[in-house]
Amino acid sequence: MFGNLQKNDRLLMIFFIIMVLAGPIILAPFGAGYPDLLQRFAIFGIFAIGFNILFGLTGYLSFGHAAFLGVGSYSAVWMFKLLTMNVVPALLLSVAVAGVFALLIGYVSLRRSGIYFSILTLAFAQMSYNLAYSVLTPITNGETGLQLNLNDPRILDAADTSGSIPSTNFFGLAMNSTAKFDVLGMTLQFNVGFYFCALILIGAFYLALRIFRSPFGMMLRAIKTNQNRLNYTGLNTRPYTLAAFVISGMYAGLAGGLMAITDPLAGAERMQWTASGEVVLMTILGGAGTMMGPVLGAGFIKYFENIFSKINDNVLHAWFSLLPDGLENLLVGILHFFVGKGWHLTLGIVFMLVVIFLPGGLVDGATRIMKRIMNRGKSDSASAKSAAE
Amino acid sequence: MDAILLQILNGLDKGSAYALIALGLTLIFGTLGVVNFAHGALFMIGAFCAVTLQKIFNLYSVVIDPTKTDFLGNPLKVKVPYVESWFGEVAGQAIINWSVPLAILFAIPIMVAVGYIMERGLIKHFYKRPHADQILVTFGLAIVLQEIIKAFYGANPIPTPAPDAFKGSFDFGAIIGFAENTIIYPYWRLIYFLFSAVVIGLVFAFLQFTTFGMVVRAGMADRETVGLLGINIDRRFTLMFGIAAAVAGLAGVMYTPINPPNYHMGMDFLVLSFVVVVVGGMGSLPGAVLAGFLLGILESFASMNEVKSLLPGIDQIIIYLVAMVVLLTRPRGLMGRAGVMEE
Amino acid sequence: MSYLEVRGVNKRFGGLQALDDVNLSVEAGTIHAIIGPNGAGKSTLLNCFVGKLIPDTGTVTFDGQSLLGLKPHEINQTGVSRVFQTPEIFSDLSVLENVMIPCLAKRDGAFKLNAITAMSGQTDIREKAEQMLLDVSMQDKMHMAASSLSRGDKRRLEMAMCLSQDPKLLLLDEPTAGMARADTNNTIDLLKEIQEKRKITKVVIEHDMHVVFSLAQKISVLAQGHVIVEDKPENIKGHPKVKEAYLGGAH
Repeated sequence: MFGNLQKNDRLLMIFFIIMVLAGPIILAPFGAGYPDLLQRFAIFGIFAIGFNILFGLTGYLSFGHAAFLGVGSYSAVWMFKLLTMNVVPALLLSVAVAGVFALLIGYVSLRRSGIYFSILTLAFAQMSYNLAYSVLTPITNGETGLQLNLNDPRILDAADTSGSIPSTNFFGLAMNSTAKFDVLGMTLQFNVGFYFCALILIGAFYLALRIFRSPFGMMLRAIKTNQNRLNYTGLNTRPYTLAAFVISGMYAGLAGGLMAITDPLAGAERMQWTASGEVVLMTILGGAGTMMGPVLGAGFIKYFENIFSKINDNVLHAWFSLLPDGLENLLVGILHFFVGKGWHLTLGIVFMLVVIFLPGGLVDGATRIMKRIMNRGKSDSASAKSAAE
Repeated sequence: MDAILLQILNGLDKGSAYALIALGLTLIFGTLGVVNFAHGALFMIGAFCAVTLQKIFNLYSVVIDPTKTDFLGNPLKVKVPYVESWFGEVAGQAIINWSVPLAILFAIPIMVAVGYIMERGLIKHFYKRPHADQILVTFGLAIVLQEIIKAFYGANPIPTPAPDAFKGSFDFGAIIGFAENTIIYPYWRLIYFLFSAVVIGLVFAFLQFTTFGMVVRAGMADRETVGLLGINIDRRFTLMFGIAAAVAGLAGVMYTPINPPNYHMGMDFLVLSFVVVVVGGMGSLPGAVLAGFLLGILESFASMNEVKSLLPGIDQIIIYLVAMVVLLTRPRGLMGRAGVMEE
Repeated sequence: MSYLEVRGVNKRFGGLQALDDVNLSVEAGTIHAIIGPNGAGKSTLLNCFVGKLIPDTGTVTFDGQSLLGLKPHEINQTGVSRVFQTPEIFSDLSVLENVMIPCLAKRDGAFKLNAITAMSGQTDIREKAEQMLLDVSMQDKMHMAASSLSRGDKRRLEMAMCLSQDPKLLLLDEPTAGMARADTNNTIDLLKEIQEKRKITKVVIEHDMHVVFSLAQKISVLAQGHVIVEDKPENIKGHPKVKEAYLGGAH
């Protein structure tokens, strides 16, 4: 199945597939085994994998990738409105439109590198966001966001008589259908939407792995370390960077399309700079340039976002109820700023800490710890040996 | 003619804000070589200095006013702000009324301190790291700062009015010989422009006429050489960061009557100010000021109804469009030096 | 007909005449050195060969084709490789990968979207790169990160990268700059070895006389943007104009 992949990569791939497919079981004990959150893991995983191809591999820091996410969502919802609730045409259009957008924006932005590139992409994204809110209201439905209506044409679908908006489906398989099982006091939920996203995530991961290991991927890494040398080695860097930009834009479009599939509406806030910043954060936190990093980062952030934003003062009081009242109130008063609506503050702090202390991200941190343990093990045995002699 | 003049005037206040923020960004980039994504947050903190001072002035104690009674016949409890009880009613009310201009004095030490702490505590460690890391860490800092403000002041804009003396508008057209009521201009916007002009003038004079300024300018031109002269430039650059922070903060303080401050105003202005810096030329102070005013005025022209009906939405994107054209045709910007960050 | 032909090249930077009517002809298969005191315009001239600078007037032709207006990668694709003053390598990549990239550039041209086939399947490229590393005796460092090499090895690696493309013309910009005497001698030996194995035309820019006289078949002396003498090494040594240029200059 994975011809051409090295043995380690084959193991990585198999490990990844098992982890993703067993997600609903593995994550259930952590309170994250329900479809909505699992879908978000998969979708943002795809987004971050794509972003990593541009940032981690090629070294171009884009601050406007949310624009492609938004474009993907709008395209998918329009497909649901006009053509059919089947997800396949919606996804194809999402990817295609995001690709065209990325080609245009990338063509201009990639004329520059470094901070200029970051500022240009940021400006493009803000521009798209402003336009989506103002002039493009006929397409984007402005502040309300683009939603499905009962009287949308949906020309390929049979007339719907149920009186409610139909569910998105994959050739009849409804995305929101879920099979529930009660095991050991936990509810395991197997949701069609999640497995659809999961299969696409696996595909996206596999494709990224192939890109990483290909001559093209090696060129991208070379661009990151020394573009000058590459030019004098007879390689035209611009088409390489543009290709990387378009590919990562299409990943973002795919993620945007999937967001619309699991929840068929699209709003301009998806294109804001904060959303672009979030994917940067996911990639850095996990480890830019690594295979697993971005997926881990996306999962990590979405998981803790979910946990932290649910905690409110009552929950905090319950946690510390055993402490003396004064201390309890003090702790609750401090933690209040970091949970619930304060999640973004925590996120910002985590972001800074990672950039300052762990620029290589979680994957790098884990490898370093592993190495240290291994080395200690070695030196321990070495000293034991010398002591024995 | 009068319509054109009106648009130019309308563009001045936003242009002033862009120019002040861009000036600080350029100072920091030029001296320290750091791209500061948290600079917008400094502008916002300045604005919230004004909000805070207003709140402090409005702190009150409840006293019983024996001369009046409430509807039950009991003595009336009234809220008397401390400043009124300390300085007398007239002076106290004047102080409350003038809280925005007074906030300038309040904001300068705070902003310099914030800038100093930021530079010594964080930015300093990033001089030798890649630009991407600098962008990311200051971006994270911007999020943290704005979330802290949000936690304390809420998400809604807080009205912070100008002193009564400067409320309302005046007929600028009539003064300079146009027909009456053609160019009506609010007082505060004029004040904002004049204030910005003074601040910009002070910064330039400071750089031009003091030894400190000379070293800083030399450092902007060639950091290594100045380092070789045995001058401790890092120390001076730290202070420069404080000054840049104060400039952004003052821009924020005075902007509050024009637009009630909210926690995300910093980021809104930051993106545009970056564009301004790019258009003006990375590392060029006059370029930053010129481009700030130019783009502010251009934006104001783009929001005229005549223009908007011709090109819908142009007011939303004009600045970005200009930036792209400039970057692609003249990457060094309007007044940037050749070879500086052109790639 | 000479291989690299420079005719009447002028380049001005503001008030400075960096190159003043430079003429140069490099014969195929020879090592041609360009020497001169600091600021004589050696690097400017080299940059005109590789597409980094465009001369104000004059022509640069290589193997009958004009190089003017071509981008660096296009010039490389015509068969011109360049070694930098400080070695330019891909420091985050392994030594082997460093050599595989120029091999790919030679085989696939300036751009090829080869995103699905695995690098591990490119056996021809790998074998070529391994052979190249063997040639410069770096085979045992193949899997090291390029950034961890010593300075001398970095130079060696860069040379290997250029040679792996079988260039028709190799440009060397002060290949021994900043090197200790032992390293310099090693580099000279390496270059001589290469010259024996493959007769590649080379242009060496240098101000170390020792290097120049042990390598070059022909020398052009550049001073203040102008070629003052072009001759064989033995005739250059005692040439009065050269002495004057060097004594008047930094040396």
